[in-house]
Amino acid sequence: MSDRPIIRVQHIVKSFGSVMAVNDVSFDVRPGEIFAFLGPNGAGKTTTIKMLTTLLRPTTGSLELDGLDVTARPMEVRKRFGVVFQDPSLDGDLTAWENMDIHGVLYHVPRHARRERCEALLRMFELWERRDDLVKTFSGGMKRRLEIARGLLHTPKVLFLDEPTLGLDPQSRNQMWTHVRNLRASEGVTVFLTTHYMDEADRVADRIAVIDHGRLVATGPSAELKQETGTESLEAAFLALTGTTIRDESATAADQMRQVARVWRR
Amino acid sequence: MTVVYILWLREVKKYLRSRVQIIASLGGPLMYLGVLGFGLGPVFQRAGEGSYIQFMAPGVIGMTVLFTAMFSGIAMLWDRQFGFLKETLVAPVPRLAIMVGRTLGGATVAVLQGTLIFVVTLIAGFRPQSLLAVPLAFLVIALIAVIFSALATAIGSTLKEMQGFQMVMNFLVMPTFFLSGAIYPLEGLPRVLGALTRVDRSPMASTECAAC
Repeated sequence: MSDRPIIRVQHIVKSFGSVMAVNDVSFDVRPGEIFAFLGPNGAGKTTTIKMLTTLLRPTTGSLELDGLDVTARPMEVRKRFGVVFQDPSLDGDLTAWENMDIHGVLYHVPRHARRERCEALLRMFELWERRDDLVKTFSGGMKRRLEIARGLLHTPKVLFLDEPTLGLDPQSRNQMWTHVRNLRASEGVTVFLTTHYMDEADRVADRIAVIDHGRLVATGPSAELKQETGTESLEAAFLALTGTTIRDESATAADQMRQVARVWRR
Repeated sequence: MTVVYILWLREVKKYLRSRVQIIASLGGPLMYLGVLGFGLGPVFQRAGEGSYIQFMAPGVIGMTVLFTAMFSGIAMLWDRQFGFLKETLVAPVPRLAIMVGRTLGGATVAVLQGTLIFVVTLIAGFRPQSLLAVPLAFLVIALIAVIFSALATAIGSTLKEMQGFQMVMNFLVMPTFFLSGAIYPLEGLPRVLGALTRVDRSPMASTECAAC
């Protein structure tokens, strides 16, 4: 656990026009840990994930994944992570198996290994019986499970989960986290996740980072955050760290500015 | 290479699976053939131009290929909306492979659809001038399918929302179709429009020449 970090983020800044979405954020993620990245709406969580997954370039700062520079060697980096985005990215007109298979080809998994791995993962996520059904007939929880299974197909070193339990019922959420915890045991994969449910982060994460207004306000195990803030629950600690104002307003203002910036750049 | 193949296969599979869509997309061309064919046919004949179906069938086949190719390229928008695009964008594959796979997939679907309409026009009474002209016409059809599918994929990758789709339809696809000489001869056009048809002519009108 103590060797070099699998993810190293140093002083990254991302600005959209005059809006600072992420402002001088640094943290390390250790191999094999479950790392939760928390923050209110519009705090910069998704922007950070997008930068780590090569979809956005940081304005300044450096990002490393498994010792590789994320901005300089995106192709190499892409082979090393799997990602489940906030919005589903499955093809509903294809079957579960076909979605898996396409992913395997995109990640250059050899045919034989692809078959074995698809079967193992579909069984593990309890989707094997439904493998030949079109994905559009799946429930929300099943789609999520399929996405996670797909993200693991190319045996990545890091799995990014951006709010994987959003919109799921308590049963599916519970099952989802059981799966995620089992993953570490069976795959040895590092999990980087975001969520709005504090109890979930408290339960599954080894360490937690809290981001607010684009800045990191705390990092450490859940117990440490509670101790620092003198609170009983992670939820209370989170509110102590980020305040109680509702963020929708500031988020929409920022969104509007982004919109303006986009128009002007044309 | 396998990446191009799997993305091509995805497009073709989705097409063959959507029977409803296949039948629905035959509606437009059939309307042109049926409604315009019967409506304008007698006028066309009285003007001394001969059989209207003979004149129009290649145009309608070309139209089908044009529209299907454009639609499949614009389908990139759907993928953006419903997320599958992201899956390909974070994969360790060059963007070019993604473009080529999608383009060839869209073009294949367009050719299949064009073939279907070709059969329909044969039933409606269209007779190609010679058997030799048929393979030649298919070559041209394949070419326009690739060109327009590539163009649409390029446009689709820059569009961010559905409204852009209307722009493409009204300012690119419809003019291309109307000025191609598919539904009326181009000789009598005013000069300005005539000049425009020359730009348009190269890809579209040559289909007609090849087919009839």
